[in-house]
Amino acid sequence: MYAQLVETGAKRLKTLEEMSPEEREFQLKVDAETKIEAKNWMPEGYRKTLVRQISQHAHSEVVGMLPEGNWVTRAPSLKRKLQLMAKIQDEAGHGLYLYSAMETLGADRDEEIDKLHAGTVKYSSIFNYPTLSWADMGTVGWLVDGAAIVNQVVLQRTSYGPYSRAMIRICKEESFHQRQGYQILLDMMREGTEEQKEMVQDSINRFWWPSLMMFGPSDDQSPNSQQSMAWKIKRKSNDELRQMFIDQTVPQLEFLGCTAPDPDLKWNEERGHYDFGEIDWQEFYDVLKGNGPCNKERIETRKNAIDGGAWVREAAKVYAEKKQQKQQNAA
Amino acid sequence: MADWPLYEVFVRSKHGLNHKHVGSVHAADAEMAMENARDLYTRRNEGVSIWVVPSAAIAASSPDEKEVLFDPADDKVYRHASFYKLPDEVGHM
Repeated sequence: MYAQLVETGAKRLKTLEEMSPEEREFQLKVDAETKIEAKNWMPEGYRKTLVRQISQHAHSEVVGMLPEGNWVTRAPSLKRKLQLMAKIQDEAGHGLYLYSAMETLGADRDEEIDKLHAGTVKYSSIFNYPTLSWADMGTVGWLVDGAAIVNQVVLQRTSYGPYSRAMIRICKEESFHQRQGYQILLDMMREGTEEQKEMVQDSINRFWWPSLMMFGPSDDQSPNSQQSMAWKIKRKSNDELRQMFIDQTVPQLEFLGCTAPDPDLKWNEERGHYDFGEIDWQEFYDVLKGNGPCNKERIETRKNAIDGGAWVREAAKVYAEKKQQKQQNAA
Repeated sequence: MADWPLYEVFVRSKHGLNHKHVGSVHAADAEMAMENARDLYTRRNEGVSIWVVPSAAIAASSPDEKEVLFDPADDKVYRHASFYKLPDEVGHM
């Protein structure tokens, strides 16, 4: 999931009787699957939770360009370079769709970006891991975008209209990302040297667990889920989504001829799902808190990009004003 | 992005269809809004024509006015073709 641990501010769910008439009308609308639009009345908690979630989601898309940007100049062929650049451009686009959706809630984009740089808002833990080999471009596309798709497909039905519409658009583009990633790995496994095959397995070993962490803490450790589910901001629980992802991914992993770094991973006939080992939650919380391998570097890079581009934005503004002045004078 | 105004983006997906709202972009002026809209909303042949409109120039109905504006249409079923039952012998009309 691109949004992990989103605070709702609610300790427990209100019953319909406890709600104000406005809240009740809102909840009934959500229950009836009527989309909430920007101008509709909404509880303050709903608005704040959505801003937090969408901003975290948008930041994740934008920061998510960095691990891949690392390999643009070193892509093994022109074809792969073009594909990688197209994918990175999509991520930028996804960030922008989401920032726009967030702005419909009255949030300010600059403010949210400042919060990202100050470390007071989060982005997905996954982007704090380094991309050490070309195989990582395959693994990121396949596993990381794959996990994002599982999450985002259900978010298409989220209760807030602008968020839902952004998700629909994003999902359309996302499957290209996953397929190009898987194909990179498949090519390396089928046509690669022994060393390249080892590179693929090593990459999977490093990204397997962090990908599973993308769905956030397990349900019993997820205090905000209940309210988010009641508001239908979230549609499925973290554990449900994680299980879906594992179930669909293991056959693809086997087709590659690779393994997961989890001795407990095996099919459970009775459950009809794969069982898997315990996730190292300490690592998850550490990375989320800012102590992952690349947290500092990621934020620094983002900050430099914004600060370094400030003069361009100012110049564009002055240019636009001058142009308008000229047109007015001519009229 | 408070410095750069917001533009709403409308895309005509195919010749013969109408422009449809697809989202918004921030830009210093209309020309840049057009370029940004192209990069953001039509990377995969989604359109043959784009309109960008300053968001501030759009007057929108408010949800409070929903009843006033749209309820009067509720009891005017006779405005729909299906209201008029014709014998089968008349055929398709």
